[in-house]
Parts: sequence; structure tokens; C-alpha cells
Amino acid sequence: MKYVDEYRDGKLARGVAAAIARDSDPARNYALMEFCGGHTHAISRYGLEDLLPGNVRMVHGPGCPVCVLPVGRIDMALQLAAKPNVTLCCYGDLMRVPGSRGNSLLRAKAAGADIRMVYSTLDALVIAEAEPSRDVVFFAIGFETTTPPTALSIRLALKRDLGNFSVFCNHVLTPSAIERILACDSDGVRIDGFVGPAHVSTVIGTAPFRRFAQDFAKPVVVAGFEPLDVMQAILMLIRQVNDGRHEVENQYIRAVTEHGNRIAQAEVADIFELRENFEWRGLGQLPDSALRLKDAYAGFDAERRFALDDISASDNPACECGAILRGVKRPAECRLFGTVCTPETPMGSCMVSSEGACAAHWSYGRFRDHARRKTA
Amino acid sequence: MSARQRHLKLDLAAGRVELSHGAGGRAMAQLIAEVFHQALDNEWLRRGNDQSAFDVAAGRMVMTTDGYVISPLFFPGGDIGSLAVHGTINDVAMAGARPLYLSASFIIEEGFRLADLKKIADSMGRAAREAGVPVITGDTKVVERGKADGVFISTAGVGVLPHGLDLSADKARPGDKVLLSGSLGDHGVAVMSRRQNLAFETTIQSDSAALHGLVGEMVAVAGAGLRVMRDPTRGGLAATLNELAQQSCVGFRIDEDGLPIKPQVAAACELLGIDPLYVANEGKLIAIVAPEHTDAALAAMRAHPLGREAAIIGEVVEDEHRFVQMTTAFGGGRIVDWLAGDQLPRIC
Repeated sequence: MKYVDEYRDGKLARGVAAAIARDSDPARNYALMEFCGGHTHAISRYGLEDLLPGNVRMVHGPGCPVCVLPVGRIDMALQLAAKPNVTLCCYGDLMRVPGSRGNSLLRAKAAGADIRMVYSTLDALVIAEAEPSRDVVFFAIGFETTTPPTALSIRLALKRDLGNFSVFCNHVLTPSAIERILACDSDGVRIDGFVGPAHVSTVIGTAPFRRFAQDFAKPVVVAGFEPLDVMQAILMLIRQVNDGRHEVENQYIRAVTEHGNRIAQAEVADIFELRENFEWRGLGQLPDSALRLKDAYAGFDAERRFALDDISASDNPACECGAILRGVKRPAECRLFGTVCTPETPMGSCMVSSEGACAAHWSYGRFRDHARRKTA
Repeated sequence: MSARQRHLKLDLAAGRVELSHGAGGRAMAQLIAEVFHQALDNEWLRRGNDQSAFDVAAGRMVMTTDGYVISPLFFPGGDIGSLAVHGTINDVAMAGARPLYLSASFIIEEGFRLADLKKIADSMGRAAREAGVPVITGDTKVVERGKADGVFISTAGVGVLPHGLDLSADKARPGDKVLLSGSLGDHGVAVMSRRQNLAFETTIQSDSAALHGLVGEMVAVAGAGLRVMRDPTRGGLAATLNELAQQSCVGFRIDEDGLPIKPQVAAACELLGIDPLYVANEGKLIAIVAPEHTDAALAAMRAHPLGREAAIIGEVVEDEHRFVQMTTAFGGGRIVDWLAGDQLPRIC
């Protein structure tokens, strides 16, 4: 596969691994957080941990949109799906996320709710056009990457006069989450640098990360989602740490610019506005961290259209998703991990999406826990 | 044939299946005669009994049954008819057995196009003739519109086992080799490319094929060394190896570099965010073979048209945790785990 295989070349990887081994200082530890679930997935899927020296530890960040979605929002989606005449369209990852009392969209679907899995927000528009008698709601979720397509769907719905289409908006903002993690630095995580988001940065550019480099003195390397991208970003971060530099560097120059996609940014700014507060699973209430539809587009806002009330629901008290999302704990340090919480029966959100830290570790890496125990 | 009888023939061009076609009357007899007997014709069906008698050699027999509910019914490289023949033949063949006969049961939705039913029956007949495994008994039911999805087919198969052969999923032993007969994921990708909500252009065809000829060659040269054979259908290679690991209380080590995956399949999986190791196959087999018989088995596979790309993809290891571990092409290690739920697309 052209433009893909080049970034998965095992020989080149061994070269970068050798450079990492050579440049990393054996006298110190490096804790590097990859923010995005896409990076977490690449690290687990390709077994990158095996290519890193023991003193370079990857901390899996909260950049998995499914993982940071609080239980209450799933409950709200379940309420929506239970309304007569509503067709709820959502991305596949969301189907198995547990809401309160063990319910999920998958279960609600089995019980008769009209819930359909789509690959794109435009698929939901097609359904709304084809079935004018149904109230089609798109369960919009994701960081800055998936917000422009949602904006576009509203623009198109307006143009095509689709009065039966609306959006349940759960879009969140990356910089707010990074800021919270840095603010939590005192509770035990000492992150030496960040592998910055890939697709998010294609939209917002590298500029928004500058203040983390400056104000918090943390190096950031924006990197692509292919395994060689991640390896190279790790090498770049180690070099910054060694040099005492804290800059924003761009490893993903084939897709990311300093200021990002201004057309997408303008479209998002036109349709959405900041929410004062939004709950993130694991991180709590974060100010100015999420988007909602502007009043001008209220007709497309499912929360207003169906008069949904905010629901706040608590997680299983034994679930460590919060600490794991902040990088304070590893998946295997949670009592639920692999016992009652598995991808088949996820208790916490980190176990649901394949990009979640727990699911990635369970599905790809848990053999290392046994190996570690044996060595210990 | 009189003019009156000709007038009564089924309208195979524009007609549709009606409830009366399953009601046991003349309409049903006509449907069976003009669609099924026409397509599947053989000496057993011609006798028109509710069952068929046949002679068997002394020894051990195998029997299997499988339901086919695929959507869409027609896909690049096959359809539900050919699949219902190949799939059941393969389930018999994976025991090392020689398939003899099939049965076929149809549950048809009212309103289903007769032209499509005929196409499916013809395809089934062709597949059975090519495989040399006739459908010797059958059943037809029609259910109200909305109670089925076009047509569902159940086939059962019987076969005979060569003397002394006893393949079983609990027989994989550390040191045994894992052989795969060809490329992974072709069937699943071909079917997904025609799904209504996913439709994409691909040149990939389903690998749907009857594997008993290939199995016969392997049994002839390496019979004593064959521990287990499986066709990695739903859940793909990953599900099959995990099942075998559980049943044999062992682990597997496979090498990603050695896995045959066509570039078009890899590209489609990349696009959909799914892993080809979990995608279904309908014309491939995995054989766990004792090390001393590996070369002979592999040579026999490669000499057969359905095993030309056969490869050793890994080996059985001792592992109390029963992990299927893979060395990635990138040089790291990972587990190839059971699939949790359905393969769901990733969102970013």
C-alpha cells in the first residue's frame, strides 16, 4: 500500500529504535504521554514498547473520544433513542459503551430502538433524506477532527431543507484536556513531553500547542498515527528533554501546518460556540472544553429539540479509568482490569474503544504483565 | 407438453415467491420441480422421496450442518447458493473426511424474486456438480414478508473418514507447525464491498471454494501428521487460532511478515479500520501439522490450485495463558486476541 507501507517499515524502525537507545540517557527516566487514542492504538498494535529501552515509558493519554464521554451523555443518547420516531445514528465505537444500569446502545437496539451504525455524518444525512418521516439524530462525538464534518452536515441539512435532521453534540477540545493533565501534574504524574495529536492538528495546526511548551515548559512533538511516526516523535522528544528544550516540533509535516485548516476552522466557528462547562470522564468538569450549536442553528440541536436534560451519572467506584486517563495508573493496576472488566463486558470507557488504554493493553499487550510477573 | 401446461409454468423472469409456494399444494410442487430439481438434478432427487437412501462403506462417518444468512445474497465471486455448498463441504472436509452428500433446506421470504431464487439454485447446482457432492434431499418453506431476509439456506453434509484418521481441535502440541492455504480476508472484504451502507469499489472476489480436493491431497501424504484442520470463516484467522489454543491448552506464535494478505484486502481493511486477521474466509484452511510432516503437507498444498500460496505462518507453543502471540512486521510483539463483539469501525 503506497504511502502506508513506507511508514510501517520494520528495518527503518530498527534504525530509529537504535537511535533512541543511543540518545536516551540511562541515568534518567522518560515519561512521554501520547495524547491520542490513535497513537495508543499504533503503539499497542505494532508492539512499539518492545522497541523502546526500559527507561522510556509511554503514558496513554485521554485522546480517545469514546473514553472521555461521561456515562450521563450515553444515558441521554439512550433517552433520545427511546423517543418515538427517533432514529439515532452513531459511530460503531459508541454502540457498546455502557451507560447506567448496564444499558448500552447495542442493548437498546436489540430491544427495538432504531439505532444505526454509520461511518460518516453524511450517512446520517442520507438516512434523513431517504426517510423523511423519521427524526434522524446524529450522535456527534470527537475532538477537532470530527467537528468539521458535523458542521458540514448541518450546513447541508440547512441547504437541503432537512427538518428531520439534528445533532446530539458532544464535540470536545484537545487543548483543554492537555491543560487539565498538566494542572494535575502534582498528583503523581510527571510527564516529560507530549506526542501531540495527528488528525486534530491537521485541523487546528501546531500553534495552539505553543503555550504548553512555553507556560508549562513541556516539549510537544506533533506526530502522525503510523508506527514510524510515533517512533520518530519519541526520538525527537528525547532529544528535546536531553537538551533541556521545550518547543513545539512537527514530525507530521506531510499533513500538518502551523495554522491548520482555516476553512474547517471557520466553518466550525460559524456553527458552534463554547460550552461554559462540560464533563469529561476521568477529568471532571472542564471549563471551555466543549462545543454546542449556536442559537442560529438551534433547530438542529437535538438537546434543545427534544428538551433533553443534562444527566450526571457516576462511574463504578472501583473503576480506575480516571486515573488511567490522566496517566496516573496503568491498566493492570486497576482491580477491575481483566477480572470483571474486559472488552466483552466493559465497566469503564477505557475498555470499550480499541483506542482506549485498557482495551489496547488487554487486546494487544497483556502478555507483558505475565512476563513481568515472572521476571519479578 | 400441452399448451395448457406451458401456460402454467412459473414466471421465472418477473414472478415472485408467494405463500402458496410453501403450502404443500401444487404451487409448491411446481416450485420444487421447476427451480430446485431443475438446478440440482440427480438420481436421488428424481425419485421424489422425503429422504434419500445411499450405500456407505464400513468405517467412520462425519456429519455437519450449517445455516447461511448472508447479506447481500450475491457478492463478487459467489452467492448464498454456492456458499451453502462450499461451506458445508468444507466443514466435512476439515475432519479429513471425503464428503459424500448434502441436504438443503430453504426458508424463503414471501415476495422474493423467482429470478433470484433460480439464480441461487442454479449456482448451488453448479457448485455441487463441480465438487462432485450432490444435494440429495431438501425442504422448502415460505414465510410472510418481513419474517426473513430474502432467503436463508441450511445445508447438512455427510462424509466418510479414511481409516485411522482422527483429527480434533484438542490435538495441537507444542512444536507443531501452523500452515495456511492462502491469502486472508478475501471473502469478508468482497461481501463488505457490497453492503448497502459501506459500498466501495474493489476487484477482490470472495475465495468461496470447496476444499475437499486439497484436503484429500494433504491426507494422502501427511495423514498421520495432521492434528487439526479448520477453515477460518467468521472471526477469521484470529478466532480460529484462539479456539484451537483453548481446546488444545496451548499457545500460538505467528509471524505477521509471513501472513499472505492481498494489497487490495489490506487497503480495504485500512479504509474501514478493521484488522484482516479477523475477516472471514470461505476457501482457506489452517492445518496444525506435526513438525516431521510439515514439508510433505506444504508441498501437497502448494501443488494444488487452492493451496498455491500456502505458507507456514507460525507454530504451537506451550502457554498456560493460551495466548496467540504475533511478532509484528514492525518487530514488536502483540496478542492476537478474541474479537470482542463485532468488528466496529474506529472513528478517528
